[in-house]
Amino acid sequence: MLEGIFVDGLVFSLMVIGILISYRILDFPDLTCDGSVATGAAVAAMTISNGFPIFIALILSFFSGIIAGMVTAAIHNKLKIPGLLAGILTMTMLYSVNLRILGNKANVPLLRVETIYTKLPQSFSFLPPEWASLIGTLLVVLFVKVLIDIFFRTDLGVAMGAMGGNEQMVISQGLNPDILKLMGIGLSNGLIALSGGLLAQYQGFADANLGQGMVVQGLAAIMIGEFLFSSNRISLLTLRAIFGAIIYKALMFFGRKYGYLVNITPNDFKLLTGILVIASLFIAQTRNAASSAGAKKKAIARSLARRKEDSNNA
Amino acid sequence: MLDLTNITKVFYPGTVNEKMALDNVNLHVNKGDVICVIGSNGSGKSTLFNLISGTYPVTNGKIIFDETDVTASPEYKRAMTIGRIFQDPTKGTAANMSIEDNMITAMTKGMKGLKISLNNEKRQWFRELLKPIGLENRLKDNVGLLSGGQRQALTLLMTVMSKPKMLLLDEHTAALDPRNAQIVMDLTARYIKEYSLTALMVTHNMQFAIDFGNRLIMMDEGLIILDVAGEQKEQLTVQELVRRFKDLRKKTFDNDEGLLTRD
Repeated sequence: MLEGIFVDGLVFSLMVIGILISYRILDFPDLTCDGSVATGAAVAAMTISNGFPIFIALILSFFSGIIAGMVTAAIHNKLKIPGLLAGILTMTMLYSVNLRILGNKANVPLLRVETIYTKLPQSFSFLPPEWASLIGTLLVVLFVKVLIDIFFRTDLGVAMGAMGGNEQMVISQGLNPDILKLMGIGLSNGLIALSGGLLAQYQGFADANLGQGMVVQGLAAIMIGEFLFSSNRISLLTLRAIFGAIIYKALMFFGRKYGYLVNITPNDFKLLTGILVIASLFIAQTRNAASSAGAKKKAIARSLARRKEDSNNA
Repeated sequence: MLDLTNITKVFYPGTVNEKMALDNVNLHVNKGDVICVIGSNGSGKSTLFNLISGTYPVTNGKIIFDETDVTASPEYKRAMTIGRIFQDPTKGTAANMSIEDNMITAMTKGMKGLKISLNNEKRQWFRELLKPIGLENRLKDNVGLLSGGQRQALTLLMTVMSKPKMLLLDEHTAALDPRNAQIVMDLTARYIKEYSLTALMVTHNMQFAIDFGNRLIMMDEGLIILDVAGEQKEQLTVQELVRRFKDLRKKTFDNDEGLLTRD
């Protein structure tokens, strides 16, 4: 049961890393996520139920997300419209595309077919089935995390980070920001769709409405993670995103389990997630204000001390 | 090196806000020229720089750089050989990244690959480069923690380390305090000499424009009204400049502040 929270959180964490890339590293508020997570789920479900190997299904999910992300980036680049609007456009269009992929059905169950979550307990048969699922998912997530960490240490990855901080600087270094965005938003949505592909298998169905509100949930997870520790190292940023994702899922789990005591139902979760994000932003803001007020006080104290010393010397 | 032929730039053409920012400007820059550009607000200095670096397209005219027609090439492509430093110290560096990451991005221009170039050998080299600006022990610090002067010095270093053919300095010391401005200016002179760079520099300090470089251009209302070089320039004084401005433009100033105001 507790293992379930971890598996759920780890599957979700791939999406959170994707959102981390777009929102935090590229500074591109990308809403494609709500569509691309469902695309990933739909692609994986259809590939698996048509008898292809799970590995192929996940690769296809990943690439479907990359394409979705690149569409958003291309709209933003070519038409010079804000990233938010470009994301909303793609997300809306993806809803129809996802229904097409699912064969014009809103919901495709994955019953009586082999998925990663029926295979894992078989391959790790010496473990209890929940633990097998947990370890398998953990391995996948760690593999992706390490690859992402390495990618953002390469020259290309560093340049992407630089673009998020200062687009003019990247232009001045002779890099085309449009291409960097195409790659970055593509990668981000690739991870989001991969997460969707795993999610479909974990919950046993793909749903066209799967993605609703996912961006906000992902942001909530990132913000929870940011309360844990502060760093600018990519390996710690991704680790923080994974922790945030698990904590978020745990919160939701306990909300479902004990929420009735305070009259909270799962229907309230979107409201609560939104409030969680707002509260996180508020706390971060007051914390910043407090620390800069502290710094100001210290600076004044230092200058007073200096003046005192000078007058003593005189 | 750089040839501007009949360059015209009109902003908001066909609207009530239509403004002729550059009016049929011709400029030839020789290799090794260090040119100071002076002129009052709205005279077209910044527009000139924006057109050379490709931030805006020209309305009319032709830009030849290094024997290639670059009139239609985008800013990021021209940036491969033209280094530009802005007045705002935050524009040249990424605040969210460490000094070493900023430097590795600036080390080679153009699209990057999946290679990890940053290693201890590079760090050692960066430390050497950073010594003159006193940042050699702060490779891992975020650039956002640096002062404006330090950031501008770092920007300058990052711009010259990729060996551009030409340097555009857009009042790059105007936002700094006098001491830091002096440090950055000394560095500029040093790098221009060391790497034998061709440079164009906008400044509002007329005395400085007379002392620095081998050529001086004065702009007014979208025109280059004065272009002096060599010995002629060495004999200039501020009074002489103001007098010539009056003669040329049939305008009078109470003092030279009209030229000295900042954007």
